[in-house]
Amino acid sequence: MRRSSKLLAACCGFSLMAMGALGVQAKTLVYCSEGSPEGFNPSLYTAGTTFDASSRQLFNKLVEFERGTTKIVPALAETWDISEDGKEYTFHLRKGVKFHTTKNFTPSRDFNADDIIFSFMRQFKKDHPYHNISGGNYEYFESMSMPALIKDIVKVDDYTVKFILNRPEAPMIANLAMDFASITSSEYADKMMAAKTPDVLDQEPVGTGPFQLVAYQKDAVIRYKAHPDYWAGKAAIDNLVFAITPDNSVRYQKLKAGECHVMPYPNPADLEAMSKDPAINLMQKEGLNVGYLAYNTLIPPFDKPAVRKALSKAINKEAILEAVFQGAGKVAKNPIPPTIWSYNDAIVDDSYDPDAAKKMLADAGVKDLTTKIWAMPVQRPYNPNARRMAELIQADWAKVGVKAEIVSYEWGEYLKRSKDKDRDGAVLLGWTGDNGDPDNFLAVLLGCDAVGSANRAQWCNKEFEALIQKAKVVADPAERTKLYEQAQVVFKEQSPWTTIAHSIVFEPVRKEVIGYRIDPFGGHIFYGVDLK
Amino acid sequence: MLTFLLKKLGVLVPTFFGVTLVAFVFIRMLPGDPVLLMAGERGMSEERHAKMMKQFGYDRPIYEQYFSYLGDLVQGDLGTSIITKKPVFKEFMTLFPATVELSLCAIIIAVFLGLPAGMVAATRRGSAFDHTVMTGALTGYSMPIFWWGLLLIILFSGILGWTPVSGRISLFFFFEPVTGFMLIDSLLSGQEGAFISAMSHLILPSVVLATIPLAVIARQTRSAMLEVLGEDYVRTARAKGLGAFRVIGLHTLRNAMIPVITVIGLQVGVLFAGAILTETIFSWPGIGKWMVDSIFRRDYPSVQGGLLMIAAVVMIVNLFVDLMYGLINPQIRHTD
Repeated sequence: MRRSSKLLAACCGFSLMAMGALGVQAKTLVYCSEGSPEGFNPSLYTAGTTFDASSRQLFNKLVEFERGTTKIVPALAETWDISEDGKEYTFHLRKGVKFHTTKNFTPSRDFNADDIIFSFMRQFKKDHPYHNISGGNYEYFESMSMPALIKDIVKVDDYTVKFILNRPEAPMIANLAMDFASITSSEYADKMMAAKTPDVLDQEPVGTGPFQLVAYQKDAVIRYKAHPDYWAGKAAIDNLVFAITPDNSVRYQKLKAGECHVMPYPNPADLEAMSKDPAINLMQKEGLNVGYLAYNTLIPPFDKPAVRKALSKAINKEAILEAVFQGAGKVAKNPIPPTIWSYNDAIVDDSYDPDAAKKMLADAGVKDLTTKIWAMPVQRPYNPNARRMAELIQADWAKVGVKAEIVSYEWGEYLKRSKDKDRDGAVLLGWTGDNGDPDNFLAVLLGCDAVGSANRAQWCNKEFEALIQKAKVVADPAERTKLYEQAQVVFKEQSPWTTIAHSIVFEPVRKEVIGYRIDPFGGHIFYGVDLK
Repeated sequence: MLTFLLKKLGVLVPTFFGVTLVAFVFIRMLPGDPVLLMAGERGMSEERHAKMMKQFGYDRPIYEQYFSYLGDLVQGDLGTSIITKKPVFKEFMTLFPATVELSLCAIIIAVFLGLPAGMVAATRRGSAFDHTVMTGALTGYSMPIFWWGLLLIILFSGILGWTPVSGRISLFFFFEPVTGFMLIDSLLSGQEGAFISAMSHLILPSVVLATIPLAVIARQTRSAMLEVLGEDYVRTARAKGLGAFRVIGLHTLRNAMIPVITVIGLQVGVLFAGAILTETIFSWPGIGKWMVDSIFRRDYPSVQGGLLMIAAVVMIVNLFVDLMYGLINPQIRHTD
């Protein structure tokens, strides 16, 4: 109680300073973030921590995900048209959108098509004056195949922009809602270039988002204030503070002490205490991810679907959920999480049945099988303890006569070696969705083009490939849904992976926080949040 | 004295270059490709990987990379972080004051408690106090910093509410850093209560970081004092009828200080190592946490630059310690 009062006093003090002489008691929300952002331009980075500090507070995209869902809603583009051949996307931009006014920059105009052209061309064109500024690596733009996909981006008029593609791409709209597609001010960029300080654009950002940056003290605090002229209405909280707190137990102590209102990534061991704390609301949601065990389908006997299925049936997933996820997970039966549209709930999972597995292996002519299980050296939401998971699978397989050796490598090496087509053994890995589109799981992880890279099962199935390729170019969502549902049926029959689990994301927030929603993409968004 | 100083400096220069080589080679010996780590599960094409390796200069032979690094170094350029794209020196200098402030407080606590505790334990050898100090020192030395820090947070911040959980100052206070030292900046800010807030945030992390040096200093002081107390000249001083204060303070302590100062000097390295964990627990924005993050991300320029700067600080402190020997015992200046 005493701590809460102190925090309230602190918040009021900070807010009053920020609000000047208005004399109004301002609201400050403190978020105990888990780390420091790499920078403030989301197109240059890939870490969720960086997106939390930048794109999710400071910027807008043409389209965005509705808060707490994977549904696409208009943002800087009010409407859009897609040409018959699916190769031209015309966006009609919102008028009257204001950029932030900062100590470096006072915008002389509202947001318009020039800002869209600048934000994308910087990433797209190697000869763009800003392309090489701040390192010039646009990882997400590249990994979403934008350079190959986009033919041109054309300004039709001040409030109309056309994206011309080399081929139809149904997930294009979802791609444009991703963090790398955040829109920066071209006027600010020009000003910084003229002042010979172009890198300031990426360090002291100016966006159209609901909050604007006030100050960043590296590894300590990020301070924001509400953008007074935000196009969707000023945020309910006046100030937003990220108190950078790397240790999850310490974050919990801060939350309990009232030193912060929201914290990410709680320690699973603290969840029970959190759920009993009257001051804390322990929110939870299924994560947009999948953890899997990928067999190498190019190497016998794993090239036989029956063998893969038998090994899947030998794994006790419920026991894994209990021991590895400590209840914070859900058994996965499909390669996409249930929160994604087109999830085929009619599919029946391979039930745990060691006797049946043993028989299936014998029927397939497999005897005294020895193999490897690759355990990731890092913790991920889709696999909080890969070594423990591997041990459980090893024990399960031993019961059906399969001897498995557990191997692990440094993370970079693990990612590199697990891609090899002649890799020995099954790999534990997973994926967190980028844009809520099934293509982002099925094509990226199981498509023929991804064999030898992200497709760790090295699985190229003609029927599956035809379905996902067709779904990529069809614009009608109902038809796409059907195609992806069918693709999941093929996947289950073939079992290139044993799908293990989807994690459940927990987020403890203090009871005085109103309107906070867990973001399925793992982000932390504070527009729309209020304090009692 | 000048010759003594020049000799010591003469040793520092090759040591410094040795450190550049060790820092450069060791980080590259760790398995893991910085470019692949950046891409994570998403991966990247071989062409793109090659392009980025070229961009960072990692496609060149390692000796070429090293000489290029040395060339930049002699011009005062520590390189640019491949993650944040900011100059390493600037990043280091932003965070370093926080580590220095914390380490200074910790060493002050360790010296001011460790020296008297060791002295009293030595003069009352075998007493309950002696046993308590030695048991406490052994416990302190063996205590895992991470566990100890969390325990103190739960007790003093969580249960008793006496100290803040973490950070350098309350969020209430907001001012631009001038020196980077929060105690000084809080005073300069003129904001009422800022200094007290900064002090209260410093207590727990300083105590945690001071624990191991305190234990080491107390044990070292005790054993050095015991050795000197058995010397003939101390017995003679006592026989002459000198008071206990003069015998201990003048004849014993001065001679016992040489090994103690050596140990205090060596604690600077221990403090930097301890700062890594202490800073993580207490969300203290210093170089410890930054170095760990840089190692995990294989941010070669940051790791190289950080190690070099830390080594330079440790070397300078040890040079200072060497000079202190000379002041305490002038014979060392001539014999060394």
